[in-house]
Amino acid sequence: MIEMNLKSGFALTFDSLYIGGGTPSVFGAETIGRIIEAAHRSFNILKDAEITLEVNPDTITPEKLEGFRRGGVNRINIGVQSYNPENLNFLGRLHSDSDADLAGKWAREAGFENICLDLIYGIPGQTKKAWVADLERALSFAPEHLSCYLLTYEPGTPLDASRQKGRFHPLNDDKISDLFTSTIEFLAARGYAQYEMSNFARIDSDNTEKPGFEQNRSRHNRKYWLFTPYLGLGPTSHSFKEPERFWNQPDVPDYINELAAGRLPPSGREMLSRSQLMMEAIYLGLRQTEGIRTEAFEEKFAVDFQRQFSDTLEGLEEKGLIRSTQNRCALTHKGMLFLDSIVPLLVNQI
Amino acid sequence: MINIRNFSIIAHIDHGKSTLSDRLIQATNVVLDRDFQDQILDTMDIERERGITIKSQTICLPYTAKDNQTYMLNLIDTPGHVDFTYEVSRALASCEGALLLIDASQGVEAQTLANLYLAMEHNLKIIPVINKIDLPSADVERIKQQIEDDLGLDPESAILTSAKEGTGIEEVLESIVKDLPPPAGDPEAPLKALIFDSHYDPYRGTVVNFRVFQGRVQAKDVVTFMSNDVAHKVEEVGIFQIVRVPQKQLSAGQVGYLIAGIKTVSDTRCGDTITLRDRPCSASMPGFKEAKPVVFSSIYPVATDGYEELAVGLEKLKLNDASLIYEKDTSVALGFGFRCGFLGLLHLEVVQERLEREYGLSLIMTAPSVRYQLIMNDGSTLIIDNPSLYPDPTKIQTTMEPFIRASIIIPDRYMGPVMKLCLDRRGSNTNYQYLTSSRLEMFFELPLAEVVYDFYDKLKSITKGYGSFDYELKDYKETDLAKLDILINGERVDALSQLVHKDRAVERAKRACEKLRDEIPRQQFKIAVQGAVGGNIIARKTISAFRKDVTAKCYGGDVTRKRKLLEKQKKGKKRMKMVGQVMIPQSAFMSVLKTDTD
Repeated sequence: MIEMNLKSGFALTFDSLYIGGGTPSVFGAETIGRIIEAAHRSFNILKDAEITLEVNPDTITPEKLEGFRRGGVNRINIGVQSYNPENLNFLGRLHSDSDADLAGKWAREAGFENICLDLIYGIPGQTKKAWVADLERALSFAPEHLSCYLLTYEPGTPLDASRQKGRFHPLNDDKISDLFTSTIEFLAARGYAQYEMSNFARIDSDNTEKPGFEQNRSRHNRKYWLFTPYLGLGPTSHSFKEPERFWNQPDVPDYINELAAGRLPPSGREMLSRSQLMMEAIYLGLRQTEGIRTEAFEEKFAVDFQRQFSDTLEGLEEKGLIRSTQNRCALTHKGMLFLDSIVPLLVNQI
Repeated sequence: MINIRNFSIIAHIDHGKSTLSDRLIQATNVVLDRDFQDQILDTMDIERERGITIKSQTICLPYTAKDNQTYMLNLIDTPGHVDFTYEVSRALASCEGALLLIDASQGVEAQTLANLYLAMEHNLKIIPVINKIDLPSADVERIKQQIEDDLGLDPESAILTSAKEGTGIEEVLESIVKDLPPPAGDPEAPLKALIFDSHYDPYRGTVVNFRVFQGRVQAKDVVTFMSNDVAHKVEEVGIFQIVRVPQKQLSAGQVGYLIAGIKTVSDTRCGDTITLRDRPCSASMPGFKEAKPVVFSSIYPVATDGYEELAVGLEKLKLNDASLIYEKDTSVALGFGFRCGFLGLLHLEVVQERLEREYGLSLIMTAPSVRYQLIMNDGSTLIIDNPSLYPDPTKIQTTMEPFIRASIIIPDRYMGPVMKLCLDRRGSNTNYQYLTSSRLEMFFELPLAEVVYDFYDKLKSITKGYGSFDYELKDYKETDLAKLDILINGERVDALSQLVHKDRAVERAKRACEKLRDEIPRQQFKIAVQGAVGGNIIARKTISAFRKDVTAKCYGGDVTRKRKLLEKQKKGKKRMKMVGQVMIPQSAFMSVLKTDTD
């Protein structure tokens, strides 16, 4: 809240507030309510803003959820990760599969009309059948949004250490890409459209005023990919206002000390050059099914998109990895499997 | 004439020549302080950035000495790199004396010696100047010892300066007046003048820099250049004081320029003699040589439609650089380009950089090659510098390659590693001598082909920066050559072919394949990179296909991390060239030249 005060001069109108990273649901409803209130005091937050709270199934009760909603939360992001007890154990989660089931049910009962589930797949030993069963169970209460993340082994994590010690065998690339493709296909068949590598939104065809797909996409998540300005609060949090990105002290005690002394706790910032912005526009653009908005790209960077990247694009189109329309350039499903190989090809031509 | 002094400053690279020149110019008030910028004689960006002088510049400094007489001090600034030794020798031939600049902490180095020898050949009077005495690491006594032992000069005559801080500049100017002889030569004799440089002015044509040895020259004189006998009518003569200052005439002893409506610098050869058409001198100045390129490489535009622009760029560079030669070349892989000849690898890099910077071109350069002599079975001789023209080896009787004599000066603790480096490069040690109790000058005969790549960098690194190197071309010796081809997915990429010594072929092929594997980004299919001599594959590496790897989530700080990774991967890969089905980055073409993994 001190940080909110210090940053209250940030001249933005906010249409989304996201309380997450870590497990903020360990706090009671009252605390969360106070945080939201404080945010309203310090910032210009729109009335119909998306206000998301990240929760873990083991930290919530129906009453707490009810309280969150009354405190102003209108979107719940549940860290389910998996419905498979073994996998939950592998991932070091503290909740059971039935906790996960209950979390969705309670959230709905508490009156939340915008619920997102986070799932992780690509777990060692996971079969396609098992993963689809997870998805099936997730859909049982028809969440508006799903984030399906592939398991990654980040250097320095205990998980990566065990992997290096050979305690388990990660799935091979082919199996992983098979799971990835199955996810897109299964969810599409069930009325969920992929709009980013890991993000899916329910298509509500009965809602005629606003297409449901647009409505159910995470406002918050998309800001990272569309160069929308955002303000981060708390240790390590990142903020962005083109062309600048800045972030806070990662160390919690340092962060607290700085704030206690009445100072902002930033630890780094970068001013993005034209070519860096271009790089990010390509990378982030290709993560989204909409792809790179080429007209906007050309306007922003004053280049001819097709001409600048023609050497690469032609080959990739021929191979069915990318498709270009008049004002979009996007990866195909197959192309998405090779995102990390394709992006450098384009980036190298900047 | 008695009040003229013509002098050069000779120094090893980085010993402070440009800074000393700057101070001399400032001390004589030729340039107003507000118009002054550092390294004022180095007009090219590359010269300033790399701290080297590429073109000779002259400046005429009026100096009123303690004897109350005003002297015209002509400073002839010389290029500071082994590639341009001939140009240096012509500039020195135009002087009576030289300041020998030595860094007070670095001491005498190979170029110091090489330049000193050059100066001595021209009977120049030498004034030793110990510079950078302000540095904490300065050791004047040790340098004086070196001046006595290594150079055989009187250490007591050395002037101590800090060009950076302006110390000792007055002493230098006084010593030039007092210790250097004035020029000699009969102003009434037929004109005899030595060209030591020229540059191109888009409005006036070639501006010829020269020194008058006898006679005089003025506007409307008809002059001829003795090497080609072409006549030109002089439009203007003058002296340089940063800008051109026209004079009525230039006579024996003076240094200056002439403009005579000459269209290209190629007609104006460094070392040539200028005389009057109607009253020629009896003999030309000695030592004239045609500038002979020793390193050859092909230049291709990355963009297929860049050929015309490249042609224009080269043509314009050539206006100012008579030693650059080029002719059309074609490659199956790279399309139309030019085969170019350079005085050395630095010259090559300078040309490449200038084309890219001043003409906005993206270029691919092929592996530098030297010029080989092939004696064919039928007795004819074939001169070859381009791997693509290498004939059927069964028709070759003998192959000859150029050798150099290298002089390397090092602290003696590096003797072992330097010996190994030179032997690895097929060199032979001819002899060595101790300059002082711990400094050694070693002489090697080395194939030129082995030093044109990264020899100097390597020498610097194994001697921790203390080694210095100079060379002269010697002669051709019999050798055993092979043409190493590189195949990418079975397709020979002609632009990657190199001529290599047979004994080195396998190693070179292996390194080239490794480098290419690291430089060529993964593509949708597996890529085989092979090295072959004749039909035999002697090395192979595989670049695996695109990996399926769906990436992690990407929010907030992930974006920065990912971008940094992309920036790292991107380095040097901006310019790609499609060769067959494979995208090859520009950096890959240069990478195969590097003989080392570091």
